[in-house]
Amino acid sequence: MTHPVDILLVLVILLNFLVLGTPSLRMTIRGAALQGTLLALLPLLVHRGFGWRVAAIAVATMALKGLLIPGLLEKAMRDVHIRREVEPYVGFVPSLFLCAVGTALAILFSGNLPLAPEHAGTLLVPASLATLLSGFLVLTTRKKAISQVVGYLILENGIFIFGQLLIEAMPFLVEAGVLLDLFVGIFIMGIVINHIRQEFSSLDTELLSELKD
Amino acid sequence: MEAASPGGVLLLGAIALVALSGLPGLIARKGGSGGERLSALLVGAGALLGLVASARVLFLGRSFRVELPSPLPGGPLLLAADPLSALFLVPVFLVPALGAVYGLGYWPEAEHRRDARKLRFFYGLLAASMAVVLLARSGVLFLVAWEVMALAAFFAATTEDRQPEVREAGWIYLVATHAGTLGLFGMTALLARTTGGFAWEAPEGGLAVTASSSVVFLLAVVGFGGKAGLFPFHFWLPGAHGGAPSHVSAVMSGVMLKVGLYGLLRVVSLYGAPPAWWGGLLLLLGAGSALFGAALAAGQGDVKRLLAYSSVENVGIVTTGIGLALLGRSAGRPEWVALGLGGALLHVLYHSLFKPLLFLGAGAVIHGAGTREMDRLGGLLRRMPRTGAAFAAGCAAALAFPPLAGFFSELVVYLGLFRAFAGPDSSLLAAFAAPALAVAGAVALAAFTKLFGVAFLGSPRSDEASHAHEPGRAMLVPILALALLVAVAGLLSPLLAPGVDAAIRAWVAPAVPPGSVEALLHPVPPLASLVPLGTIALLGAALLGLLALFAGLLALRLRRASVARGATWDCGYARPTARMQYTGSSFGDWISGRLTPAAAAPVLEVRRPEGSFPRSAAVSAPRARDPLLRRLLEPFASRWARRFHDLHALQEGRLTIYLVYVLGTLVALLAWSALRGWVLPR
Repeated sequence: MTHPVDILLVLVILLNFLVLGTPSLRMTIRGAALQGTLLALLPLLVHRGFGWRVAAIAVATMALKGLLIPGLLEKAMRDVHIRREVEPYVGFVPSLFLCAVGTALAILFSGNLPLAPEHAGTLLVPASLATLLSGFLVLTTRKKAISQVVGYLILENGIFIFGQLLIEAMPFLVEAGVLLDLFVGIFIMGIVINHIRQEFSSLDTELLSELKD
Repeated sequence: MEAASPGGVLLLGAIALVALSGLPGLIARKGGSGGERLSALLVGAGALLGLVASARVLFLGRSFRVELPSPLPGGPLLLAADPLSALFLVPVFLVPALGAVYGLGYWPEAEHRRDARKLRFFYGLLAASMAVVLLARSGVLFLVAWEVMALAAFFAATTEDRQPEVREAGWIYLVATHAGTLGLFGMTALLARTTGGFAWEAPEGGLAVTASSSVVFLLAVVGFGGKAGLFPFHFWLPGAHGGAPSHVSAVMSGVMLKVGLYGLLRVVSLYGAPPAWWGGLLLLLGAGSALFGAALAAGQGDVKRLLAYSSVENVGIVTTGIGLALLGRSAGRPEWVALGLGGALLHVLYHSLFKPLLFLGAGAVIHGAGTREMDRLGGLLRRMPRTGAAFAAGCAAALAFPPLAGFFSELVVYLGLFRAFAGPDSSLLAAFAAPALAVAGAVALAAFTKLFGVAFLGSPRSDEASHAHEPGRAMLVPILALALLVAVAGLLSPLLAPGVDAAIRAWVAPAVPPGSVEALLHPVPPLASLVPLGTIALLGAALLGLLALFAGLLALRLRRASVARGATWDCGYARPTARMQYTGSSFGDWISGRLTPAAAAPVLEVRRPEGSFPRSAAVSAPRARDPLLRRLLEPFASRWARRFHDLHALQEGRLTIYLVYVLGTLVALLAWSALRGWVLPR
């Protein structure tokens, strides 16, 4: 637990709980933003060599996940005048409990994975799985479209952590592509959210089921 | 046989022209006539090239084989044309070309802005994919082309998808064709396991027959028989052929069914010594098809559905011939092979002339009189004399009246059946097949008498029918061209016989390679040595000449005499009305009471008025519904539909629920792999 990477990852896991436990949309967005910023530091710590490539990824991630996307979301939040997530499908305490169970399962499970020796001791895989699960939880238990976008963001953070295992094997282009994908996805969702509000004067995705086949 | 043969280039070019014929129309101005003319021109040009290439293969023996590298698994794409493919290619090019011209008048862009482009696009694709199916020699390419063909036919047949019955028929067709394709997937996989590759080419002496090859055969019968409309897999056919635009019906009924038969022939030809029960099964199914198709045709009140059931009958006749040829293969009787397959192939050619003729004629009737219900037609021969005469020729050919096309092919099949049960080591099944075909022919005679008599003779039964008119030139020319072909094709059969012989040799070649001892000891005799086709053709020509002479004399006499025109069938009444005539239903009632089983009899569909202020109530015209569909498949399907209905609750249409499914699956997988780590030793 002394490795700086692990301290960072524990913070990331705690932020999962923060996002799941708060009804305030602003807190949710800020939690996700902080998580993104912390994760941006991850490549620098995982890799001893300080190459320009790693630095570029760190800077791009920080700019996107820490500043640009949260900014977009906060703007959307202001535009649609919503501050709180009320009445999620699953209450805040039960979802915290689920998150705890998921995190425990993730730690148990990753003990069984055949990992490369340099990753075996760290929290990389459990944190990745736990973040993935929390992202899924946010996506599935919240009704407001903005919360769901945050869930998507956290889900992607989980994938990002997992990607650190492969950073040497993965071409730069793939990571840049993933970041761009994420940005475009959230950008479009931001626009869609605005349009949904204009059309339906509500952001409850429950009401969108009227549109099904 | 080299890869870059001129025949191959010609044929593939022709296919490309036909396939792309609908494309320019997609970008042409909507409602303008440029796109449709260009498309008909492209189909016509492609068909001309294709017919030349097919004739080269069929009569000059210029077979070719092309191997294209492919990124798909399953080896290179093999395309080859032997006389067997070439014989089936002739209708594949001829009928769509005539149909495309017909379509200019029948489904013009100006009147069908909504769907004419879609129809033309899929029409070209349908024709081209059928040609690729006939050339494909590797399983993967075959299945791809087969599926393109099935889907193009679906979209072409459901052009009028605003009508609920067309949609329903389309769904039934789609289910049937995919069930068949599933069978073909299984067949291809089994075949590939036997041969060790996806190429459909037999080793010297043919494939050995094992237990798995019987499964291959049965799957082929289901898959190909389903496409061919063979009883009991024909249930999709009448609806789909009846609901399609008439030139699409002509292609589907006249050509696409034959592609199914071709597939069956091609796969069976790979085997060295087919067991006797293969041929026996085909004889049974063929005879059953002929009887069943004729019986149900007699009960139909819809012109196009009647024609579609008649196709089931004709496919039965062809299948009987194929069954006889297979029996001949297993019994070592080359003359059964020659007569059975020769008759079958001739009938394939001739049916692809007279059935499109009848469908195009029926289209002209729909166009002119505005209805397909026989009981609303009548007296059309006076109002549409040319269409009527051509339609009469088509009916006569379908009934095998000498010397028209159908007569020659059915004669050869009958002679084969006679030989099979008259000679030594006779086949009992063949002894039953011949009378079954004869009975089917008699019932078909009644059915076509009803069709022609009710629709074209007598007096009009409705206002629409009394205002019927001859179609425009674009529709009339293909009809008359086909009528001419139907009249002379039979007389030309001595000239066609060498081509048919070449196709038969190509069918036998994988099992008995030319030059082998078996081929020298028991060669398949040429058709002309078994049947005096030339003499019959001469007699037929003489008969036609006599008829023409008689007609000329009659016309001459009529010109001198004074002729009074009155209502048809007025039977001496002072004031006859159209309601005094036979109707299709009354005539059909007479048939179905005596000639056909009760299951095929027409029934009334009654929708009773319900409640004090009923919304609607109706009694339909009596129509024979397919007993197979009504008693077996519909209850079966609706039972399963009810069961699956409960599953519909899972598909809620709410994104959150779907994400929960994903999450659940993910957690289950994680849990499973974690537990496996604990339970199983590493």
